Amino acid sequence: MSNTENSMSTFEPRIVAFFCNWCTYTAADLAGTARMSYAPNVRVVRIMCSGRLDPQFVLSAFREGADGVLIGGCHPGDCHYQEGNYKALRRFTLLKQFLRAMGIEEERVRLEWIAASEGDKVQRVINEMTEAVRALGPLHLEPMSTSTVERLIPEELKADAVAQGGTHE
Amino acid sequence: MSYIYYPGCSLKGTGRAYEESLLAVFKALEIHVEELNDWNCCGATSYMSVSELKAFALCARNFALAERQAHETGMTDLVVPCAACYLGLNKALRYLDEYPDIRRKIDEALATADLAYTNHIRIRHPLDVLVNDFDRDRIISRVKRSLAGLKVACYYGCQIVRPYADFDDQENPSSMNTLVRALGAETVDWPLKTRCCGGSLTGTVQDVGQRLSFILLREAIGRGADVIVTACPLCQFNLECYQNEMSRRFDAPVHIPVLYFTQLMGIALGVSDRQLALQRLFVPFKAGSKLQQTAGGQHVGS
Amino acid sequence: MSVVESKSNGTPKVGVYVCHCGINIAAKVDISEAVAFAKDLPYVTVAKDYKFMCSDPGQEIIQKDLRDGLIDRVVVASCSPLMHEPTFRRATAEGGGNPFLFQMANIREHVSWVTLDKVAGTEKAKALIAAAVERVVLHQPLEKTSVPVHPDVLVVGGGIAGIHAALTLADAGKKVYLVEREPTIGGHMAQFDKTFPTLDCSACILTPKMSAVRAHRNITLWTYSEVDAVDGFVGNFKVRVKRKPRYVDEEKCVGCLECIEACIFKKGKTDDEFNVGLVKRKPIYVPFPQATPLVAVIDPDSCVEFKTGKCPKSCAEACEPDAIDFNQKERIEEIEVGSIILATGFKTFDARRITRYGYGKYPGVYTSLEVERLVNAAGPTGGEIIMKNGEKPKAVGIVHCVGSRDEKTNRYCSRVCCMYSLKLAHLIKERTNAEVYNFYIDMRTPGKGYEEFYDKLLQENVHFIRGRVAEVSDWAMEPEEEGKLIIRAEDTLIGEVRRIPVDMVVLSVGLEAQPDADEVRRLFNISCSREGWFLERHPKLAPVSTFTEGVFLAGACQGPKDIPDSVAQAGAAAAEALALIDRGQVEMEPNTAYVTEELCAGCRTCSAICPYGAIVFDEEKDTASVNGALCKGCGTCVAACPSGALQQNLFTDEQIFREIKGVVSYV
Repeated sequence: MSNTENSMSTFEPRIVAFFCNWCTYTAADLAGTARMSYAPNVRVVRIMCSGRLDPQFVLSAFREGADGVLIGGCHPGDCHYQEGNYKALRRFTLLKQFLRAMGIEEERVRLEWIAASEGDKVQRVINEMTEAVRALGPLHLEPMSTSTVERLIPEELKADAVAQGGTHE
Repeated sequence: MSYIYYPGCSLKGTGRAYEESLLAVFKALEIHVEELNDWNCCGATSYMSVSELKAFALCARNFALAERQAHETGMTDLVVPCAACYLGLNKALRYLDEYPDIRRKIDEALATADLAYTNHIRIRHPLDVLVNDFDRDRIISRVKRSLAGLKVACYYGCQIVRPYADFDDQENPSSMNTLVRALGAETVDWPLKTRCCGGSLTGTVQDVGQRLSFILLREAIGRGADVIVTACPLCQFNLECYQNEMSRRFDAPVHIPVLYFTQLMGIALGVSDRQLALQRLFVPFKAGSKLQQTAGGQHVGS
Repeated sequence: MSVVESKSNGTPKVGVYVCHCGINIAAKVDISEAVAFAKDLPYVTVAKDYKFMCSDPGQEIIQKDLRDGLIDRVVVASCSPLMHEPTFRRATAEGGGNPFLFQMANIREHVSWVTLDKVAGTEKAKALIAAAVERVVLHQPLEKTSVPVHPDVLVVGGGIAGIHAALTLADAGKKVYLVEREPTIGGHMAQFDKTFPTLDCSACILTPKMSAVRAHRNITLWTYSEVDAVDGFVGNFKVRVKRKPRYVDEEKCVGCLECIEACIFKKGKTDDEFNVGLVKRKPIYVPFPQATPLVAVIDPDSCVEFKTGKCPKSCAEACEPDAIDFNQKERIEEIEVGSIILATGFKTFDARRITRYGYGKYPGVYTSLEVERLVNAAGPTGGEIIMKNGEKPKAVGIVHCVGSRDEKTNRYCSRVCCMYSLKLAHLIKERTNAEVYNFYIDMRTPGKGYEEFYDKLLQENVHFIRGRVAEVSDWAMEPEEEGKLIIRAEDTLIGEVRRIPVDMVVLSVGLEAQPDADEVRRLFNISCSREGWFLERHPKLAPVSTFTEGVFLAGACQGPKDIPDSVAQAGAAAAEALALIDRGQVEMEPNTAYVTEELCAGCRTCSAICPYGAIVFDEEKDTASVNGALCKGCGTCVAACPSGALQQNLFTDEQIFREIKGVVSYV
């Protein structure tokens, strides 16, 4: 089911969330226990620490069809594993620049610090982000044309690039 | 230091002593104010009770005009001395901020008059300006006539501290006390300084309204105050103008001068009685009889 | 052969089990639609549903399919993995499968409980199920490693909860370190006179326990000490304890108190902490006569010798055992324990924050804790209610809910104040025969014997006014009110505003978390709730454990509670610690990182990043390797590795990529 099918009515964005086990995932559970309702557009992938977040995960999410990516970690100073969230912050900062260069709007990726007791923050952030991404519309990633790819690869590497090919899977 | 000045209806009418003394004090302190061009009534509490949305529109028009004037002059703060105006304008500001659909309607209304408001005006009370912007030490240095020996009960009333405690504590405000002490006078500590004076009930439901003001007067007098100072035209009116009637009604004499704090400030800063509109007082105030001899033997009489 | 098939040694057979959880999930997720959807997913051989998957019959369904060879991997779509992952992993293992060829889809806490629309809920549930299936086909069969559990226990805080936990553990034969910040154990309970509802003398029931702690050969009691640093993990904590100098040798002091008598200060000048500032103490002091240990302590901030170096030191002269040592230094102790119990207690609400009640302004306004000291026979007034003006009150007002049930300060109810207010009403009436007025919002008396206690008070001529006190002030309306404190409140039962003139006002202050709770919790790697109390693992089913294994909570530090509940919770925490110690081993989650040597380029990015020093670099091989015992499984190094040589068990890149694909591309 592609997103274009519901662009005629209200567009329902699909947002992938990466929540760290100790703080954000727990807070999301708390929101559930407290029966706080929020928009159903965010689907959570659980990781042990926001430091596990490889920027490739964010790119993969967009490539698979997500319209937005939400990353949740512990507040600075509170990381269950000491410093993982600081690493996440650094990677996120660089990633945002990269995404901007790719033409992906800033509001599509969001990093939030959410503590284990902040179920209400989970609710608020998910609702806010869903609306923000809804306003942006579906993400259209155009595949690059061969000529664009050719232009981007430096001369020396062209032969190698063509020979190797293949994906990471 | 310069500000846009919003007098409100009261200060041009029964509260004119407040405006006159405020402007005289600002002049003495070299604080520059410019009246808001074409300002309109803020609606105060009356209109707010009748139609909140329309009252917000009245206030918003003032914001838009102030913003325009701010843009031209570079002054971003609107000084609002009247307590009811202060509260009403503050409320409107916050509601416009917090409720997007009210904001939308107000924006539409303003647009019909070619006006717009974009969140760039700050509402300040003169107490806030004098204590925080101007500061106590500078005031002390300008005092020409110390009020040492005078016991002053500072009465804040309710509207400048409730519900928005912008520049002072809600239950235990101290800005006026700080100012009065800077003038050399002694302030009387009393627990009724933010208790209601009866508002407009002194005219309409008199046994309730007057009783509230009576309680304030009796307590201030009982604690040894020589004078009460206020920051609101209705408080000043209620406390000052019914003293004879209250003395009869409650069978206890209550007579004490009630001044605007700006009038007291003006006296200390050496401004003339006339400029401070002291002649408009119902209960006359002669500072001289209360003031001490200064250390150098110089008599500081009136 | 596809990547999946090569990684799973053949074609994986996934069983998907969707739980109704009664109507918890079924109300907002169309179970049959979810099951039908799951059946069509790649590699799924079985898709079933059941009312309560975590129950025995539910687990049996999975186990039968495993035994029958229909499946070799399991996906359960039900509640949060934080709830039942261990349950289902165990079920899988008992059915003959590997417990790590298992994944949960959280369709309760994250879907049915938070989504209003059933259609949207079902779609979201399907997406999460697809993600779990996509992922589980790449799971590897893993083995859990175990580490031994050190049998010693650290109890932090020596109030009634800490004392009870320490005694329980010590009686079970375990070695306990009890670390207390103050110079004595006893906590707040030592300050009370009588305890509700039995009016037992607090000291009488507490001091035997305090002595037992001192005497117990399994308890190492370190008072005037604080935990400085904590390292390690469950079963293997290394704790550094800082022992502050008392300037009195604990081994030599016999508790004769001659030094205090001899001090050059004839009268105390420093606020006595134990007596809540009602009296002053000397620089050398014991907090109270039954202090445990009964050893004097010198406060360097007020002691003349420390401030000027010129004191005749009459205290040292008077000390026969020669216990006074002005050169005593701070000592650091390093200990190893397997579990930690936090019992750091509470503080009372600072009544100065509510200015309209006049605390700090009118001398006749007291806090309940101050009145506890007045009422205490060993307190500053010998148990008589004598106010600062030297007189006994003829009328007393007790104001409930000061700093509780209040939007401006604390929203929660502090649970003990109604009962202690009733107790103080009774004691004040008994000692002074004054008119006593209790101003309350609701009367909360839920415990055993509590309502009956309230009934008794109603018979004792105490006046109860239902209404939140608006203000306490000294302005008089009538001549009878002159010189009194006037309490104004709306008596909501008669619908009138009342003015009650009294001589003394008692503010029933609420309980708050300790001011340094946030720093303390970081030391132990746990969280605090919104209000600042230490966060329990689950509010209903796991009130004494935390999200950090091996760290338990007891008493008021977890939330306001009375003495019976604190003791009960301390027993529970001790039991959980004992269960851990008795198991002897703790299983480590196998989500550790590992290095594939052929892929490692030797860039060393990983070893710099690991906060636990778990990655070592082999200079000869020019590759990194992970020490599984030290790795905590955060995965930060994996994200940093540029070549993909580092992967994390249960969270490999490939597994996560598939999960992402599953969660976005199907629905």
